[in-house]
Amino acid sequence: MTGAGVVFLTTFLAAVVEAIEMVTIVVGVGATRGYRYTLIGAAGGLVVLAIAIAVGGIALAAIPIGPLRLVIGSLLLLFGLQWYRKGIVRVAARGFAGYHPQELQEEEGPPESGFDWTAWFLAFKGVTLEGLEIAIIVVSFGASAGQLGPSILGGAAAIVVIGATGFAIKGPLERIPRSFLQLVVGTLLTSFGTFWALEGLGVTWPQSDGDIVLLLVFYALSAAIFIGLERRARPRLLAVAQS
Amino acid sequence: MVVRVAGAVGKFIYGYIFGDDWMVAVVMILALVATGLLLRAGVNAWWLVPVLAVAMTGFSLWRRRATIARTA
Repeated sequence: MTGAGVVFLTTFLAAVVEAIEMVTIVVGVGATRGYRYTLIGAAGGLVVLAIAIAVGGIALAAIPIGPLRLVIGSLLLLFGLQWYRKGIVRVAARGFAGYHPQELQEEEGPPESGFDWTAWFLAFKGVTLEGLEIAIIVVSFGASAGQLGPSILGGAAAIVVIGATGFAIKGPLERIPRSFLQLVVGTLLTSFGTFWALEGLGVTWPQSDGDIVLLLVFYALSAAIFIGLERRARPRLLAVAQS
Repeated sequence: MVVRVAGAVGKFIYGYIFGDDWMVAVVMILALVATGLLLRAGVNAWWLVPVLAVAMTGFSLWRRRATIARTA
């Protein structure tokens, strides 16, 4: 039987990786579309998770995480690419000045009234998938080490610590212009979506989880090139529009 | 009421998946299918989706510029 301290530390560190992914999505979506419906979605995800843990218990370790990753990753990838592209267009057009009033009218962004299903859905999915992965780590590691208590504490501590860190950076994030934030969140969603979807398919990433960082760099550099191309084409387009 | 809710849900799902450029979504879904087939053939094609995602973004931006130039 492994020592309680070792089990706590191992599950804490393993859960921190998943918790960072979970909180990144929640904070990013919240800063872009508002926190109200994002947090409702995150809370909904936690409720589903709590029910899954209560009903499934130890059997959670048997959940086929691959198909779940494929579905959720694909949805994040498809939606992330939309924000990625819109972010490129807006940052190219306005830099860090934010949205153009005309673009605001076209934007299907946070509704002025009513439920923001997009924010809810993105946060719900992120929390459910990552939370389920944390639960599986906790249950499988804790059960195999014969130390379920310290394992649960390690997983819960990781969520609290990373959640509190995310809440602490919420303020500074809100000061970033929305057009730029949309590009950043689009890049994050596209990177996580690519990683999860392909992992769900059974792809072996050369650097394992480290490839999430490489995907982020790849998509960010590509966005920088596209912004440059858009800016070069802009005067020509304006000239055509005025002729 | 049911029709209205179903319509709203359908609109949300379409907007969520296809957005304002359905071609990007279709190519990315095909890229995922192709990656799955390549995996079955023994090729670990982790590079296909990221490369096509960037290529399709570039294509979509180019199409947008071309449309603006045409309609101006």
